[in-house]
Amino acid sequence: MSKRVGIEVSLAVAEAVKLADADVVAAYPITPQTHIVEHLSELVADGELDAAYIPVESEHSAMSSCIGSSAAGARTFTATSSQGLALMNEMIFIAPVLRTPVILAIANRALSAPINIWNDHSDIMSVRDAGWICLFAENGQEAVDMTLAAFRIGEDPQVSLPVSVNIDGFTLSHFIEPILLPDKAEVDRFLPPFKPVIKLDIAQPISVGLLAPPESYTEARKATDDALLASKAVVKKAFDEYEAVFGRRYQVVESYRVEDAETVIVAMGSIAETASIAIDEMREAGQKVGLVRLRLWRPFPAEELAAALSAAKNVAVIDRHMVLGVDNGPLGLEVKSLLYDAPNRPRVFNYVLGLGGRDVTRDDFRDIAARVSSSQGVQTRYEIVGVLA
Amino acid sequence: MKKPIEAIVKAGDLPVGFTAQPGSTVAFKTGDWRSVRPVLDREKCIYCGFCYYYCPDGVYQDMGAEKWYKPDLDYCKGCGVCAHECPKKAITMTLEEV
Repeated sequence: MSKRVGIEVSLAVAEAVKLADADVVAAYPITPQTHIVEHLSELVADGELDAAYIPVESEHSAMSSCIGSSAAGARTFTATSSQGLALMNEMIFIAPVLRTPVILAIANRALSAPINIWNDHSDIMSVRDAGWICLFAENGQEAVDMTLAAFRIGEDPQVSLPVSVNIDGFTLSHFIEPILLPDKAEVDRFLPPFKPVIKLDIAQPISVGLLAPPESYTEARKATDDALLASKAVVKKAFDEYEAVFGRRYQVVESYRVEDAETVIVAMGSIAETASIAIDEMREAGQKVGLVRLRLWRPFPAEELAAALSAAKNVAVIDRHMVLGVDNGPLGLEVKSLLYDAPNRPRVFNYVLGLGGRDVTRDDFRDIAARVSSSQGVQTRYEIVGVLA
Repeated sequence: MKKPIEAIVKAGDLPVGFTAQPGSTVAFKTGDWRSVRPVLDREKCIYCGFCYYYCPDGVYQDMGAEKWYKPDLDYCKGCGVCAHECPKKAITMTLEEV
């Protein structure tokens, strides 16, 4: 039976990694992720988790160690944030092509410059094209559930890809929440032992990490993309199995009060919970608004999102990252691209907010709904909500 | 006219994770991008073995009783280390011409 405990979300994520019985944790501390690996270090030192904890000298080495240990057949976990993810960058792009299912928790934080330790999505968005499966959690319970699901998804022999679990820094990572922590028997029913597809084995040697000349580089990239796109079916299957074991239902795209909604807000991460309260309040006031939340960011759930937005007249896409030099944020670009060929193409508005830890409240979503309903034409460039210009 | 695709393998036929079995260079010759090759003047050669030991790719073969070392040009990259190290300047790096 699961047990409800009051626990800091970072520690709960570490407990989930313990429940998954990870073999190797290689990590470097960085705010606001530190508590995750700090607690894992304690669990290993106290003998509660039988794993190798590698206290590396940088995030680049952390991800290098993780790729190596995963290729050696070990269930592997690490965590980072912001500049740490940036320092991992070179290795982040290597793990997917090598098909090493490293699990990475990212306590999402703004990228420098200027230096800022608080929450937005610029870290993960800077590596969105790397080939990782990317999951987003809305609250502490989901952070735990997505961490467990990540092992199940990434290690599936059909997938064998790394997975990032995105947890809003501070907003989630540092809050104490009531969380249902599963017991080990439940986790064992959901998560089979790791049977690696790629395995460095002295008895059956292989070479990993090869050079590809012009005659095979394109084919190797395509093979990785094919695997990433095909992983969506396994993500859905894993969510079904999660529900069967733990009773909590997750979908790659989740809709809230979108029936008859004229304006649908699209968001990711913890602000979607804030948005859902604002939707309730606006609905009570008679406004036809709804919410669509992406749990799965990569592979991009195009069909599911298109279906969720099929009846909307207006779509308001929320981004917590700017793509400098382009008229839309990363999610805004994806949604516009997705809907270009839609039969009843809605108007798409793109709003950037909550950068570098700036608070996002219900008022912001009421403001967005008001901006959309008062707009007569189309929006040519994203608007920033809450900027002193 | 459709341009032929310059690929040696189908994406779907690649091993998962782009791995390779050991010994793959037996089939895949790695010396074909060499621009210069070592040419030995056996009159000057004293069979000291510097070329054999210094070659970073280990392409030199000890010819034993014949008392010289022969480079395997299927794998020689033409780096010139052998010519540089040869104490008798018996090796000349010679331009590969088609």
